[in-house]
Amino acid sequence: MSSAVAAFSFRRVGAMVRRYVYLLVGSGPRALELIYWPIVQMILWGFTSQFLMTNSSYVARAGGVLLGAVLLWDVMFRGQLGVSVSFLEELWSRNLAGLFASPLRPIEWAAALVVMSLMRVLVGLVPAALLAIVLYHYSIFTLGLPLLAFFILLLAMGWGIGFIIGAFLLRYGLGAESMAWAAVFVLAPAAAIYYPVAILPVWLQYIAWAIPAAHVFEGMRAVMFHGQFPLAHLAAAFGLDALYLAIGVGAFLVAFEIARRRGSLLQSGE
Amino acid sequence: MSDTAAVEVENLVKRYKRATAVDGISFAVARGACVALLGSNGAGKTTTLAMLLGLVAPSAGTIRVLGEDMLRHRHRVLGRMNFSSPYVDLPQRMTVRQNLDVYARLYGVADVRARIDALARDFQLETLLDRAVGRLSAGQKTRVALAKALLNEPELLLLDEPTASLDPDTADWVRGYLEAWRARTGATVVLASHNMAEVERLASDVLMMRRGQIVDRGAPHALVRRHGHDTLEQVFLAIARETEAAAP
Repeated sequence: MSSAVAAFSFRRVGAMVRRYVYLLVGSGPRALELIYWPIVQMILWGFTSQFLMTNSSYVARAGGVLLGAVLLWDVMFRGQLGVSVSFLEELWSRNLAGLFASPLRPIEWAAALVVMSLMRVLVGLVPAALLAIVLYHYSIFTLGLPLLAFFILLLAMGWGIGFIIGAFLLRYGLGAESMAWAAVFVLAPAAAIYYPVAILPVWLQYIAWAIPAAHVFEGMRAVMFHGQFPLAHLAAAFGLDALYLAIGVGAFLVAFEIARRRGSLLQSGE
Repeated sequence: MSDTAAVEVENLVKRYKRATAVDGISFAVARGACVALLGSNGAGKTTTLAMLLGLVAPSAGTIRVLGEDMLRHRHRVLGRMNFSSPYVDLPQRMTVRQNLDVYARLYGVADVRARIDALARDFQLETLLDRAVGRLSAGQKTRVALAKALLNEPELLLLDEPTASLDPDTADWVRGYLEAWRARTGATVVLASHNMAEVERLASDVLMMRRGQIVDRGAPHALVRRHGHDTLEQVFLAIARETEAAAP
């Protein structure tokens, strides 16, 4: 048994995923919250798009540019929340000591957080995307193959941010909880979700090009306005994602060891 | 290092910024023994248990558990041990069954359903299995925590105040269960407790702790005799009050 538990275990990852699924399924309001905000956002931006279609040449050229942006931004935000909220569940329930006195490894927990993030994003956004077809005759799926790349790249960025927030939560406990809900919005202006990077001040453009999401949204507009496959943007986003994910997971693992040294795994919670 | 020791601790130290919680303790626990850590609040018992579990990294010293170096290879041995503590909750919104299910899978229990059913019978939890942990009484929660601690049939069980919130009848039943379980499995138990009756009943050896140090050790009756008192509680009080007298 000892050699079996020493290695990375998909069984333990599955056990943690099961734990978070139990929580979601057991709470109607939590499950509803997953789809509530994406649908509200989509409806709001759907009407805004309809209005701007007749009042803005930018939107008229590609009617789904705002709706596509709002749905893709939510992929990143929900991806980050998927990691952070599952993480917070352990702090809220003071369960960290129980988990890490078991054979569970931090990297297995991280893997479970990623799986849960993916599940939460799909549960939250697929209904919103389908409803956009019904209400506004806009299908984000018309983006084709690049959509899959955009989805993965934004999700990976959300995970990277989620793990960095996780590191802060391990270090500062629930005092850093608000970061989980708000941190990602610091990046929103420079991520150029609804407008091209070119309209930003030059100094902010440098920052924008260091954000994977900015490349994704530029790529999305390249597909919608010009029908081009945005290979350079996708490559840049992939490289940046790999960097930020490595930094995020690294920070998370370092914070975990610091928590062991400080004895804070025992004291996590309110 | 002894092959027969379940736990071997040498010169273990845990320093925090403003305090030293454990100050150079050494002890060994033979396989199959039940050893109690006894001391007043802040004596270092819980920190010692947490270091044995790998939850707290020591500042210095070595820990071997079931033959493995806990500082380097704790994941090799964590599946063979388990613990229960009133300071560590189980998730409150999940049911008893869901909690036991998740932990059984984390510990690699082969037949999860059969194991949960057996423990539910043993700890009289059958009617509580589908109730959220947060809706249980303190005593029921303690029984669930003990069931969780025995899920993987641990070779080493660490118990922090295992009967702290139980009524006398249930506490007596739990002690009886633990005695029988240990006799049946040959498992090793390290117990931290303030309850003298519990320590005298369960432990063959007592480590008296004060301010992070082991100040005496021995069988409960031997400690009583050596300190010239009538009960273990009197020994405990004498050592605790020495602390107060020595405190700055």
